[in-house]
Amino acid sequence: MMSVSWTTKTDEFVQVLNEEGKVVNADWLPKLSAEQLRELMHRMVFTRIWDQRAIKLTRQGRLGFYAPVSGQEGTMIGSEFATTKEDFLLPSYRDIPQAVWHGLPMDQAFLYSRGHQHGGQIPSDVNVLMPQIIIGAQIVQTAGVAMGFKLKNQKNVAFTYIGDGGTSQGDFYEGLNFAGAYQLPAVFIVQNNQFAITVPVALQTAAKRLADKAVAAGMPGIQVDGMDVLAVYAATKQTVDHAREGAGPGLIEAITFRYGPHTMAGDDPTRYRTKELEEEWQKKDPLVRFRLYLEQQGLWTPSDEEAVIEEAKTAVNEALAKADAVAPMTVESLIDSMFDQLPSDLLAQKAEFVKKEGN
Amino acid sequence: MAQMTMIQAITDALDVELARDERVLLFGEDVGQSGGVFRATDGLQKKYGVNRVFDTPLAESGIGGLATGLGVQGFRPIAEIQFIGFLFEVMDEVVSQAARMRFRSGGRYTSPIVFRTPFGGGVKTPELHADSLEGLLMQSPGIKVVIPSNPYDAKGLLISAIRDNDPVFFMEHMKLYRSFRQEVPEGEYTIPLGVANVVRPGKDITVIAYGAMVQTAMKAADVWSKTKGIEAEVIDLRTVSPIDIETITASIKKTHRAVVVQEAQRKAGIAAEVIAQINEHALYYLEGPVVRITAPDTVYPFAMAEEIWLPSQERVQAGFERVLAL
Repeated sequence: MMSVSWTTKTDEFVQVLNEEGKVVNADWLPKLSAEQLRELMHRMVFTRIWDQRAIKLTRQGRLGFYAPVSGQEGTMIGSEFATTKEDFLLPSYRDIPQAVWHGLPMDQAFLYSRGHQHGGQIPSDVNVLMPQIIIGAQIVQTAGVAMGFKLKNQKNVAFTYIGDGGTSQGDFYEGLNFAGAYQLPAVFIVQNNQFAITVPVALQTAAKRLADKAVAAGMPGIQVDGMDVLAVYAATKQTVDHAREGAGPGLIEAITFRYGPHTMAGDDPTRYRTKELEEEWQKKDPLVRFRLYLEQQGLWTPSDEEAVIEEAKTAVNEALAKADAVAPMTVESLIDSMFDQLPSDLLAQKAEFVKKEGN
Repeated sequence: MAQMTMIQAITDALDVELARDERVLLFGEDVGQSGGVFRATDGLQKKYGVNRVFDTPLAESGIGGLATGLGVQGFRPIAEIQFIGFLFEVMDEVVSQAARMRFRSGGRYTSPIVFRTPFGGGVKTPELHADSLEGLLMQSPGIKVVIPSNPYDAKGLLISAIRDNDPVFFMEHMKLYRSFRQEVPEGEYTIPLGVANVVRPGKDITVIAYGAMVQTAMKAADVWSKTKGIEAEVIDLRTVSPIDIETITASIKKTHRAVVVQEAQRKAGIAAEVIAQINEHALYYLEGPVVRITAPDTVYPFAMAEEIWLPSQERVQAGFERVLAL
């Protein structure tokens, strides 16, 4: 991994493991301990089970807004694993797994899904922003958070995620350009999951590779196999390390696929993609190939898998119970959170609701 | 005490706060080396260095994102939006991001940001530089909107805005930048946000104005005092969101008649909100309907027609006539 030059070849597609779990490019094979490798698998299996459960809970009306993640675990888990807890994550709405693995309690993720304010009340020792809804806003804000680290002489990076469709936004270019112009410790991860809700990448842009969009901002862009957790980890680690050392920002384009709908709010993938395409991508599954790789090395067994599945189910149930126990949000607390000190007009409006809510 | 123009008072306020609080950062297009297109930040980069006062790439949403991200990091950014017409380029960061930060994070993160921008007509700018867009900002929860009408207020209000723990949109009327000087104290002083100022006491008509229209209203009031013996009480809102309805109500209790003057177009703006709040708080003290003097509901006619489009002293006086006849 260290032997690879920072200036990547413009047509390079970084893949470490093929679909059979064989190492195809040892140059990019990251030096991870057995424990770290097992942890990557642990997190991917956990996230897959949690996603399946969250989809069911959404259908039952027990969760609110939810964007499925299955298929993208290699990209999500591999990239976040390359950061430290002091690095700052600016997630978009699908990036809940990264937020939770970076420290956001799962029950708060559930509360956020339900539209409860406490969901976004990030614990003071967790360096995560609330999930971004406006596509591209996280990119311009990442420049700001990264500049904060630079001004404070803190050796940390701000890292963020956007989809293939998001790279069409003006904010995407503005944020990248600011990060480049000021040489900020910022890392941009493009999760190219092939469809922006329903629109395929081919209709989104004439650019051959989304990674090439980094060129305009004067930063390196690496394209990786997003279904290969080791490739994603290696590329992100290299970009994060360089940004941390003051060498400027970088971008990673991870080629991936979401198996589910865009969100649980009525999107029907059969209207814009074929069964054949879905099956083609399922053959590339990040869990399948990494499991094969670990099994070949004697690092993963069916009982390991079973244990994680049980752990994930329990964790989801516990988080859900914890979320259920939180008192419903009130308009009173909403009004209180508009300003540090409420002006008299809002105080008067608050009084009306206190009366109505019987507080 | 020094005699200062409003632009000098603004520079002075920025200087005072940069010196006082290391978390204060100042940035925008051309604000660094050149000191801004109106010289509002003149000399500040030299004094405080490029890490605290700096130029940005030409992209307003990028400026807004930088401010929001730096706010998350505990800084107190002052972001200059070069002209009000570029507000729409940064609207998402102002309204959907910075103004929602405290709510979205339950107080973990805040946006103690001042967005400064020149606005207002009468100085022959190119198209889309002179609009009055405070009505749009007033409709956005979580942000205060401050508009000074003179050098003394500009300094005290700007210092308060910088020290405020929530986002403040600070709008500086271009016609007021260098039109007159005033005594401005050295060092720090604050004028509270959300509190209006009675700039001319009177017993016959309450006139509510802000920004450059305070001067127009004052001139009209002086003319009527001399020629008709009618004493108008002129209230300078100073903060247009939130509105200080207490000061307005107290005045109407005395005068029983009110005229609201704004440079902006008529529909759903500051004047409309003032009248709605008068309706809620002071209706029974009124002898007749509140009169509204505004520009017409058209796009801003840059340069050639602006002088006849902007509310004039004569139109304010016509408003006095109407409100007394009703």
